[in-house]
Amino acid sequence: MLWEHNKMLEIKDLHVKLEEEDKQILKGVNLTVEPGKVHAIMGPNGSGKSTLSYVLSGKGGYEVTGGSASLDGDELLDMEAEERAAAGLFLAFQYPVEIPGVGNMTFLRTAVNAQRKARGEEEMSAGEFLKVIRAKAKTLKIDADMLKRPVNVGFSGGEKKRNEILQMAMLEPKMCILDETDSGLDVDAMKLVSEGVNALRDEGRGFLVITHYQRLLDHIKPDVVHIMADGRIVKTGGPELALEVENNGYADILAEVA
Amino acid sequence: MAQSSKMLQVKQDATEAFLADRAVPTGAAWANDARADALGRLREMGLPHGRDEYWKFTKPDSLVHADAPKAAVFQYDEAPLWADVESLKIVFVDGVFDADASDDFALEGLEIERLADVAGKDIHWVKDLYGVLETRGQDAVQRPLAAVNTALATDGVFIHVTGKVSKPVNLVYLHKSDTSDAILHHCIKLDEGAEMTLLETGPAAARFNKLLEVDVADTAKFNHVRVQGRDHERRAVTGCFARLGSESAFKSFTLTMNGVLTRNECVIELTGDDAIAHVAGACVGDGKDFHHDDTVFITHDAVNCESRQVFKKVLRNGATGVFQGKILVKKDAQKTDGYQISQSLLLDDDSQFLAKPELEIYADDVICSHGSTTGAIDEDAMFYLRSRGVPEAEATDLLVLAFLAEALEEIEDETLAEGILERLEGWLARRAS
Repeated sequence: MLWEHNKMLEIKDLHVKLEEEDKQILKGVNLTVEPGKVHAIMGPNGSGKSTLSYVLSGKGGYEVTGGSASLDGDELLDMEAEERAAAGLFLAFQYPVEIPGVGNMTFLRTAVNAQRKARGEEEMSAGEFLKVIRAKAKTLKIDADMLKRPVNVGFSGGEKKRNEILQMAMLEPKMCILDETDSGLDVDAMKLVSEGVNALRDEGRGFLVITHYQRLLDHIKPDVVHIMADGRIVKTGGPELALEVENNGYADILAEVA
Repeated sequence: MAQSSKMLQVKQDATEAFLADRAVPTGAAWANDARADALGRLREMGLPHGRDEYWKFTKPDSLVHADAPKAAVFQYDEAPLWADVESLKIVFVDGVFDADASDDFALEGLEIERLADVAGKDIHWVKDLYGVLETRGQDAVQRPLAAVNTALATDGVFIHVTGKVSKPVNLVYLHKSDTSDAILHHCIKLDEGAEMTLLETGPAAARFNKLLEVDVADTAKFNHVRVQGRDHERRAVTGCFARLGSESAFKSFTLTMNGVLTRNECVIELTGDDAIAHVAGACVGDGKDFHHDDTVFITHDAVNCESRQVFKKVLRNGATGVFQGKILVKKDAQKTDGYQISQSLLLDDDSQFLAKPELEIYADDVICSHGSTTGAIDEDAMFYLRSRGVPEAEATDLLVLAFLAEALEEIEDETLAEGILERLEGWLARRAS
């Protein structure tokens, strides 16, 4: 067995506040994602879902006031953002960032090779990279023009999300966090993105899917569903929990755990 | 703007001190006249002073001092630029023509002569150009250092372009003496339909005053790509004065890396309909003694012309960048399309960017836009790159090159553009050491 501890992502009693303000966002999050499993986090606006994804991936502006998070046994919170990525963590952004002047292909190749370099692996040659990315782009219906254009500049909402999944496919992370990947997607685009995600599911890879809606979870079937509210996981269950939210909203669940 | 007579006196006194040990060269009547006129202009306005509006952001002291401040000769540690570009090389060492290092002046489609040779000839086409565009450029704004150049230059090249030239003319300026004070004056006349590319590279001298007058006839095309040297202590004041005929095109790009003081002035008149003028610059500056100034003045005096100014500066460790750019649209210059952008990327809190974008429009059917921004590396873009595994330093490099891209896109020739990009990558790589 490759994964001794059977814990790809382990978050223990994580407390986080905003750096600039005296505002506590996460108030003791406990969560473990096993390799090969898909966990979903649902929750009302402002419950701390996106903050959790940012803190795990190393974005500035937050202060960890307690607890820990580890990736495949390595302490995450001490690492720089790029070290977390090289260690195998990937965040698909809710709002992918536009970078004028940097070609999408250049961006991806720089990222792939930076990670390989950090892990002491051989860098990918231009030819090899081109072959791999063309094949992966094709399945996500990303054309040559989108690969050449500056990163996310002038991309539609659907194109941006497909581009996130392409990055995930190229970087082959151990642990994928998807932050509201379904937002801004029409039905067809959601199907395409979900297929892209499902193609990456394997026994060694963990997923944490953050979403407001059951809809995405029809396509990416979760093993475990968590409900987050006010900076904590308040309820954990199977896929049926997502259906319950879809049918009844959060009010009942929140009342039940209050 | 009226200045006090006392101020003018100070400037005129400085001018006489500057001229005291300098001899005005003599030659044929036209050359003597042009030089005497320039000297007259200079004495009347006086050398620039730090209190002049046009020199508010760039202190001219070291440019007007009688002696050039010393500038150590820089030992280059990189491969020559554009080594694989075929060109006709004309080499000047500290402003002195080097015949041995230069190619023969033979190239189909143009004739090249040296100012040093031509100034003695009584009849020459250049008499209608030498100092003429410079004088026209003094109309709106005083440019005393350009008058200094016309009055005192003893060398430079005169190029008459009669056809489409197959390879660029490459003016190579070498710097070998730490006290050199060089003045060069070039004139280029492009006949109707003629096309040429002019390259300029190198630091030239401890202090360099260079003037370029370009007369672009109808339907002619002039392309200019310049790289100013890395010598940290060098100073340069350069002027480009151009006049454009109908359906002609003028495109100029400059890369500046280091040098303690650089002032690049560009004065363009669009006098024929449907002409195009693009002026662009990328500048990377490092250190608190680095000062770079782009001063541009574009006059639209014909119908349906297009002008673009694209200037980008990356500044770090206390460097200073200046941009003064103006678009003047005269009353009858309808359908003018004028665009001006000046931006700086400050890599730390100590660096600064001073910008004075100006529009002056008298025609009523025009599109003119201008923008000036200054900012740091975009934090969202930085996090996005780092979250994909790109280390901070490498991400900064990517974002710096991305920032400069719009200016580099103004270089038409891909090989020349690649050479520029390599120089920039070298600059970024040196930061690490």
